[in-house]
Amino acid sequence: MEQKTKVNAENGKQELVITREFDLPLDLLFKAYEEPEIVEQWMGTKVLKLENKKHGGYQFETTDPKGNKYGFSGAIHEFIPNKKIIRTFEMDGTPFGVQLEIYEFESLTNDTSKLTMHVIYESVDQRDQVLKLPFTQGINMAHNRIQDIVSKLK
Amino acid sequence: MNLRRDVFQAIADPTRRAILLLLASQSLTAGAIASNFDTARPTVSKHLQILTECELLKQEQNGREIYYHINAKKMKEVADFIEPFRQMWDDRFNKLESIMKKYKSK
Repeated sequence: MEQKTKVNAENGKQELVITREFDLPLDLLFKAYEEPEIVEQWMGTKVLKLENKKHGGYQFETTDPKGNKYGFSGAIHEFIPNKKIIRTFEMDGTPFGVQLEIYEFESLTNDTSKLTMHVIYESVDQRDQVLKLPFTQGINMAHNRIQDIVSKLK
Repeated sequence: MNLRRDVFQAIADPTRRAILLLLASQSLTAGAIASNFDTARPTVSKHLQILTECELLKQEQNGREIYYHINAKKMKEVADFIEPFRQMWDDRFNKLESIMKKYKSK
C-alpha cells in the first residue's frame, strides 16, 4: 500500500524531508498551520504565541498527563500564505539543538494538496538523535489520547 | 488467522505503545498492566500476546505469576529505525486532515 506520509532521511546527512499528500484543498491545509486554535487541535499542544510574519516568533506548550510541561519554540523567517513557511524549531530545555524547517505547500487538484517539510539539523548526530526520539513522543501521544478518551467517558 | 506479526505493526497501536512505556521501568503481571488501562482486560491480553509474539516483550515465570518485561535488544532495533518517526508524523497529519475536513463542512 502506498504510504501517505513519506520520510526521506539519507544516511550520513544532517537533513530529512517529510512529504504528505492531503485530501484537502490547499487553503484548508495552510489554515491548519496558520490558525492557533487549529494548530492546538492537531498538534495536541497549547499555542502561547504564534506570530505569522517575518521576524515573528512562536511558542507552544504541551502538558503530559502527569502535569509536566514541555515547551517548543522558534523564530519565523518567512511566511507566505498558501505557499511557504520557514521557521526554526527547538524543544526548550533539551540537548537536541535548533532545527531549520522549510514548509512548502502546493495545490495538486481542487481538493488535494501536498506538504513538503524540509528539516535541517545542526549535525548528522543530532538528526539521528531526533529520529530516535519519536518513539517516546509517540508514547506520550498515546497517553494523551488515552487521557482524552478517558475524560470523555467521565 | 494468519496476521503478519512484525514489530511495526505492534507499535502502530497507541495502547501497545503505552504498554511498552509502562514496562520500560518495571516488570509487571498482566493484571497489573491491565489495571493501568480502561480497556477491557481481554483486549489488554491480546495486546500483550501480540507484543510477545513479535518479541518486544518477554515473559518470565516468578512463582505462580508471569511477569512481562521489555526485550531491550528488540526495542533497540525498532528505536534505531525510521518507522516510528514516520508513524508519528502520519498520525499527526491524519489528525490534521480529519479536523480540516470537519472544518470545511461547518
